[in-house]
Amino acid sequence: MSEYTLKLRRYSPESGDPAFWEEFKVDLDGHRSVLDGILQAKDREDGSIGIRCSCRAAICGSCGVKINGRPGLACHMHLEEAQRRADQNGGVITVEPMGNMPVLKDLIVDMDAVHWKKVQRVTPWLIPEGEHPEREYIVAKEAMVDVTQSMACIQCGACVSDCLSMEVDPLFVGPAALAKAYRFVGDPRDGQQFERLKDLSEDPHGIYDCTHCFNCIEACPKGVAPMSQIMRLRRIAGSDHGIDDRNNGHRHEKAFVKNIEKNGLLHEADLLPDSYGGKFHPRAVPELLASLPVALKGLQRGKITPKKALLHAHKAPKDVKRIFERVHSQQKRYELNLYVSGKDEDLPGGEEMQDVNQGAQAHGTPASSSAERSPNQA
Amino acid sequence: MKVAYWPGCVSRGFTPELHGSMAKVAPMLDIELIELDRACCTGAGVIAEHNQELADTLNARTFALAQQEMANGAHMMMNICSTCQGAQSECQERLDANSEYREHVNESLAPEGLRYEHGIQNKHFLWLMVEEIGLDIIASKVVRPLTDLRVGPFYGCYIVRPTDRVGIDDQHPRDRYLQMLIETLGGTVVDYAGAYKCCGFPIITMNKEASLKQAGRHLGDAADADADCLVTPCPLCHLNLDLQQPMAEKAVGRELNLPVLHLPQLVGLAFGLEPKELGMNKHVVKPTTVIDWSTSVVGRVGASVGARAAS
Repeated sequence: MSEYTLKLRRYSPESGDPAFWEEFKVDLDGHRSVLDGILQAKDREDGSIGIRCSCRAAICGSCGVKINGRPGLACHMHLEEAQRRADQNGGVITVEPMGNMPVLKDLIVDMDAVHWKKVQRVTPWLIPEGEHPEREYIVAKEAMVDVTQSMACIQCGACVSDCLSMEVDPLFVGPAALAKAYRFVGDPRDGQQFERLKDLSEDPHGIYDCTHCFNCIEACPKGVAPMSQIMRLRRIAGSDHGIDDRNNGHRHEKAFVKNIEKNGLLHEADLLPDSYGGKFHPRAVPELLASLPVALKGLQRGKITPKKALLHAHKAPKDVKRIFERVHSQQKRYELNLYVSGKDEDLPGGEEMQDVNQGAQAHGTPASSSAERSPNQA
Repeated sequence: MKVAYWPGCVSRGFTPELHGSMAKVAPMLDIELIELDRACCTGAGVIAEHNQELADTLNARTFALAQQEMANGAHMMMNICSTCQGAQSECQERLDANSEYREHVNESLAPEGLRYEHGIQNKHFLWLMVEEIGLDIIASKVVRPLTDLRVGPFYGCYIVRPTDRVGIDDQHPRDRYLQMLIETLGGTVVDYAGAYKCCGFPIITMNKEASLKQAGRHLGDAADADADCLVTPCPLCHLNLDLQQPMAEKAVGRELNLPVLHLPQLVGLAFGLEPKELGMNKHVVKPTTVIDWSTSVVGRVGASVGARAAS
């Protein structure tokens, strides 16, 4: 048994008092969870501590909280691990309610007011079209494997808690609900793919409101990667259904891709007008006028020069253009989802991954076995 | 140390002072920059959003070009743009994880005789400084310590998330490197809410209000924590935080006037380079709280409030 200190954020709206931090000492083995710690404090010291929980096995999704400032499940974090992370900044394990949702009491947030409302908004059920089959629907295995990642969601709200778009735009449909939307968009039995995507593209707080910050990918205890699902929704809405939304989401994507195909490097001066449909498009004019002060300031400081803005100094090399043509001419997009495919089994595990991805090797030290295989290691 | 250097697009477009200051600082750190001038844009996540294979192939091409330089003596590949680093790491993760997929992508490169081999080392300048050069060496080159300069780190998203993809672990606390570097250069780290948040740039054309509110909020949080400036390893963050700062001020309804420095600029200042050499005159928000332009003395000239009022 070891002693751990848990610093809990306490708040009782009906008391009229502001929120405060309170420390509790708990006596448990390090492999027990933070939730076990909270429940011991509740049992032994203060029965009024508010925490929602049920399965204690990372399945029910009830005990979403922030531990040391990061969202996750209280039952899914060992005390020793929480302590180790706390040691890196401050020393005491802090537990507070999730963000972006109103606090009901202590560690309990109002999931109804934010999370469940948004899930309802994406019509989270199957709407098949045409004659119902006599027996069950027959679906290709790959098609169902494709949606398993979004089906792994346990609705804990960890991704909602730290969504940085929702922080400034509370109406944003958000990561959990949009991952749920993909679960049905990706389901071959559903007959409303276009309608669903049209709806979520045109909504000013829909799929194009995601700012691509990866916080939801980082937060999810189940590997759902909501942001990746949002990108797939965009891909299908734009490329497969050609939905040009009022938010200029798809136009921006097309403008960006065209820009790189032509110039090789991003030519910023073209990107802005093209994202609104072109310099002379009625949609673009007010936007360009609004950004005029910014452009003038840039000119004044020599950040933007007329020459740079008007001339296209770069041209994409021929082989870059050829890559664009080759990939675009394929009938089907080749998408590799590592959640489904996994990584090559022949990778010799930790050592190589560290070597490759983290560049752990100080330069000058002898190459490891994996590096020796690569002819391009200096 | 020779590196295959990918400057990115924006560092040669709307933030030319980034590429310029990097070129000034590199020789002082004995870094030889071999520019990958045939490489193309990483896609900044947008091309991957459009078509994953296209983004993976374009970046595999860049990696292959870098590997040619590495066969000729470059130690690794280096970025100065967080977004490039993150976008490339994402593609590399897929390319390295699956040999069948890698072969498929390599087929597209074959006509030019290019080929991506598993496992390129590709580091952002920030990582390279801490892991390859070492903070002790950097400290030894400081001739003008940033004494009393209060600097807020602004990492942005692509260089800190997802942690496993960008290689953050106990041995490589890459999410602390900016703080470590600021202290090494003699400055004071400002702790504020926005250090790891999103600048809002990716949605500037889709939801301008939300985008500018993000930038404005983080700048405001840093100003409230009494920062003299922010430093960022990402030129796209710089666009939203500096170029768009007048608009962000309107979005959040307050005056901000907070200078934002590129990473090599901060290093260059401490190494004794002049602000103008580092292109700091090209910023929209004049770095007057960082520099007393009359004497080029780094540090807070009086209280930051006083300096701001004077500017």
